[in-house]
Amino acid sequence: MDESRPIFIQIAEQVENDIIEGSLPEGGQIPSTNEFAAFLRVNPATALKGVNRLVDDGIVEKRRGIGMFVTQGARARLIERRKADFAAEYLRPLIIEAEKLGIDIDELAGLLRAERIDS
Amino acid sequence: MTRTVVRASGLTKRYGSFTAVDAVDFTLEENRIYGLLGRNGAGKTTVMQMLTGQIFPNDGELEVFGRTPAEHADVLRRLCFIAESQRYPDAFHASHVLKAAPWFFGNWDAGFAARLVDDFRLPLNRPIKKLSRGQLSAVGVVVGLASRAPLTFFDEPYLGLDAVARQIFYDRLLADYAAHPRTIVLSTHLIDEVANLLEHLLIIDQGRILLDRDADEVRGSATTVAGGRAAVESFVADRAVIGREGIGGLASVTIDGRLDQADRVRAAELGLELAPVSLQQLIVHMTGADLRADSTEQEVAA
Repeated sequence: MDESRPIFIQIAEQVENDIIEGSLPEGGQIPSTNEFAAFLRVNPATALKGVNRLVDDGIVEKRRGIGMFVTQGARARLIERRKADFAAEYLRPLIIEAEKLGIDIDELAGLLRAERIDS
Repeated sequence: MTRTVVRASGLTKRYGSFTAVDAVDFTLEENRIYGLLGRNGAGKTTVMQMLTGQIFPNDGELEVFGRTPAEHADVLRRLCFIAESQRYPDAFHASHVLKAAPWFFGNWDAGFAARLVDDFRLPLNRPIKKLSRGQLSAVGVVVGLASRAPLTFFDEPYLGLDAVARQIFYDRLLADYAAHPRTIVLSTHLIDEVANLLEHLLIIDQGRILLDRDADEVRGSATTVAGGRAAVESFVADRAVIGREGIGGLASVTIDGRLDQADRVRAAELGLELAPVSLQQLIVHMTGADLRADSTEQEVAA
């Protein structure tokens, strides 16, 4: 858990990552609030807030008496949203550091390509 | 709907000319875990002693489960207070404590207590005065958890408890709270260790409440900005500064208030490092670091 942001947002993001990466399939069940709380060692109310955030966003749905399940189409919606934030979250810091080091845009593009081939 | 378990207004406790608790107002809601945090002598224990009817306030109003706690058996039965250094009769063994506990606590779970005794490897048949400091604390923790009192206070419950035992305490507390929700007030110095367990924070200093907020709101609400002095000062110019340190041309300033994406980009462009402030650091800033901050400011002004 990172100190800079509310834990419930981090819990929601962890579930979102699992959905995007496919380890939590659409229609799959997510852990219960108490399971999250015990595993992450956080207050159950905090875990509930994280799960409720996912419910409000339509990423998971409650089935009364059974549990929480990933909705159909959740993965595509999450990817859409993450792409919208990609420039601000990842490219901007990259460009600032590149400018600091005097790396121009062509060199940066070359570095990106090389890195991609390596991995 | 959540119910209010404790309602205090203008609550005051004086010892001679010293005001230990100075007209504080707060409420505790049902089934939440509270952190009562502050420095030594801040008034934490005094507040808890008033709430549990062990001492009388000099002024103000106090309702616990709708009544004044002192001398109301129906209120006191629902309370459990685990003191920092509980004293027991000289001949007592831990087994005697566990045998007596159900006389006081209606929800006492003997099976749970036995499991906790195993977890903490607590010797039951040795005189309590021969136990180590950590084992003595473990007796209190076992009683506090297994009592399942609707309103449970842990006042610095783990003096001398080792890291493994503290982790066991946190894990059992969370699991049992999830299964049997109740109101828990945790007073401790080990703030970073318990920060994630707490739902709501009360920070008390010199008998007054400095902060009364949900833990989620507090997390990430302060940031330390470090870098060249001029850049740092321009970045923090119109923000609430709660701490300030520096050496030579470098400055490190802690500000209150959340930063948005634009702030972060601007900080990066100025070459500043942003570091989150842990709850423990925040409390240090709020309750103690001012002295140094003032002197730095004077040096800068001079």
